[in-house]
Amino acid sequence: MEGRRRAMIAEIGAFAATLALALSLAQGGLGLFFQQSEARAAAAAALAQAAALCCGLAFVLLVTLFVQSDFTVAVVAANSHIDKPLIYKIAGAWGNHEGSMLLWCFVSALFGAIFASVRGSQSLGLWARTIGVQGLVTAGALTYALFLSNPFARLDPAPMIGSGLNPLLQDPALAAHPPLLYLGYVGMSVPFSLALAALLEGKADQAWARVLRPWTLIAWTSLTLGIGLGSYWAYYELGWGGWWFWDPVENASFMPWLVAAALVHSAIVTERRGSLASWTTLLAIMGFGLALLGTFLVRSGVLTSVHAFAVDPQRGIAVLVMLAVALGAGFGLYAWRASTLGQPSGFAAVSRESMLVWNNFGLAVAAGVVLIGTIYPLLVEAFGGGLISVGPPFFNATVAPLLLLLFLLLPLGPMLTWRKGDMSAALLKLAPAAILAVLTLIIALVATQWRAAPAIGLMIGVWLVAGGFIYIWTRLQRGAGKLSAKIALLPLAVWSMSLAHIGTGVLTLGAVAETGFRTEQAVALSPGEGVAFAGRRITLLEVGSVEGPNYSATRANFRVDQTNGAAHALSAERRYFTTSPMPTSEVGILSALDGDLYVALGEQVRETQGAWTVRLYHNPLVHLIFIGVTLMALGGGLSLVALARKRRAAS
Amino acid sequence: MRRRNQRLMIIGVAGAVLALAAALTFAGLRDSVVYFVAPSELASKAQPGQRVRLGGLVVEGTVRREGTTTMFSVTDGAVEVLVRTRQELPDLFREGQGVVCEGEYIPGQLFEADRVLAKHDETYTPREVAEALKERGEWKGGAAP
Repeated sequence: MEGRRRAMIAEIGAFAATLALALSLAQGGLGLFFQQSEARAAAAAALAQAAALCCGLAFVLLVTLFVQSDFTVAVVAANSHIDKPLIYKIAGAWGNHEGSMLLWCFVSALFGAIFASVRGSQSLGLWARTIGVQGLVTAGALTYALFLSNPFARLDPAPMIGSGLNPLLQDPALAAHPPLLYLGYVGMSVPFSLALAALLEGKADQAWARVLRPWTLIAWTSLTLGIGLGSYWAYYELGWGGWWFWDPVENASFMPWLVAAALVHSAIVTERRGSLASWTTLLAIMGFGLALLGTFLVRSGVLTSVHAFAVDPQRGIAVLVMLAVALGAGFGLYAWRASTLGQPSGFAAVSRESMLVWNNFGLAVAAGVVLIGTIYPLLVEAFGGGLISVGPPFFNATVAPLLLLLFLLLPLGPMLTWRKGDMSAALLKLAPAAILAVLTLIIALVATQWRAAPAIGLMIGVWLVAGGFIYIWTRLQRGAGKLSAKIALLPLAVWSMSLAHIGTGVLTLGAVAETGFRTEQAVALSPGEGVAFAGRRITLLEVGSVEGPNYSATRANFRVDQTNGAAHALSAERRYFTTSPMPTSEVGILSALDGDLYVALGEQVRETQGAWTVRLYHNPLVHLIFIGVTLMALGGGLSLVALARKRRAAS
Repeated sequence: MRRRNQRLMIIGVAGAVLALAAALTFAGLRDSVVYFVAPSELASKAQPGQRVRLGGLVVEGTVRREGTTTMFSVTDGAVEVLVRTRQELPDLFREGQGVVCEGEYIPGQLFEADRVLAKHDETYTPREVAEALKERGEWKGGAAP
């Protein structure tokens, strides 16, 4: 009896997903052909909620299958194991292709339902059409999930214990990484739906941008956190000492992030001033297109990446077809209807608007360059030019200077007023930041013996951070009263923007320092032996074995002696999982103010009895990278809160 | 008139930035593209000092470690090339399996790799390796990637 009840779960899940497909198709039809009828639009909204419920049920059932370790289901058998800790059984549900696609559908349906539930003061046409387009997006994703990567497919005969989640993915950061990334990718679908609805309406006004802004913020903030977590995971789990490799899979998430960042800013201009409406709709379409392209690049395996996912050309082609439909509809509508959107309101060459236009220009060009570098190998191969790869040197030489140029302008933006700003006044206020930045440049140039690139990078990082603080300071100068009272009264929007901009500066400092000044060394050490590295002495104490819940590991214990006499213990492991032939590294990281000492254990040296290869890295200021990302995401989150408060105050 | 001049200036600056981006992109693509070669093409295709990616299968029984240096041979079924690297080998590196080595060929001697890539997923063979092996008729994998 028990067995039969269990056996039904996968079938109910597949049924719920199929039902969700039918519901979201109906949602699409009713929303798009609502015929000015409030009742039809309300029905489309109800269908959106029902579709989200069904998708949610399907996803919860998939998680249940993983928790129960039901190995009659192919996905569970391939990606779970009976001995796995519960949290990784749950995370296993989205740690694989099929499950993650179901999560994609669920997030898309959920966003659709949330959008449908919060109408606010939207016009009937915009609301209904957006629900309709979002329904079609969900339906497309569900079609793919059900027919090309069914997570509920059965396996016959069923294995007894399952083959386990890829051990590298058994990690708390990576358990949270895919859902956050998907919140970001799929989050771009709502701006896309809103853009298409606006084009159909022939109206993208300030009210439209007010609806758009929170959704772009949700997408951008989730992408920021998702990419940050992925980078942090790569840093401490892969054992390569790096945090960003300009790998196609990383670029796939970086491109939508750049466009989302541009959209966050252009939507502000459209909301406040009504201008840039047509550009904002175009960005929303491109952002979702790049999110889909990201899925295609990751899932099709067309690009050789240091990250690996199983390859399936058929699935890749299906995603490509979805991409073509979405972009075809988007750009087609744009070409046809964009001229109806315009309601330009003028602004001077020196103004808040013009700075935001430069911001958008810089971010869009950067996204374009990343796109070219990422798909260039595909193009060359398609035209018979052989197999090639485009690596970090390309991106470091192109994207980094573009972004630094953009960051040079960044602190000026908030200092200028809308319509027409006063550049000399802004520059005067920012003078302390400029002096600090130039001092940094000179000190860095002298200290590094005239290495220009990292010195310029550090200068710009300091310029951003100091500029952010000066903006807060100038806002505090307004009005009268005690400073503490004025700090409390400062609008949340000022804090959120400044946090995000300061975070950008902190990230720049960390990224430049880590890339420019990292040192590494490989040594063979026997127990008792030590080596001097980065101003410390590192001694291998002993190497032993330890047992984990589903692995056994070789653990090396080290002692790190600082020059000031302090000693720290540090250990690094190689873990061997019973379910997988590949060992994983657990690196030892000792964080200090000046950066991380990073120790990865290699293999035993065969020729010298008892010696082990050990790789040592010193990553200066690397923690600033992750602090910067956190500040940026915090800025995004606070901005959402500020928007919600404003909306509540308005209603 | 002033407004028109302003517009011209903005278009000029934007054009300059775009031109800069394009120049950087083309220069970058010219200088930092890395070609993929199979062991049998290495001698004819790789210029001395040029970075290439060498892909093939690690020959069984050829992996030797001396201190922090590792030597192994890579084959495409026709030619074996000796590879030397000071890098830590990836966790998935294994004899008899596919590998991609990035570095320079020292003609007549060996391939000096400063990056060795194997895949996170044990069922996956790097696509270039699969292509090269298929060309030689050495492909034994199940589904074609």
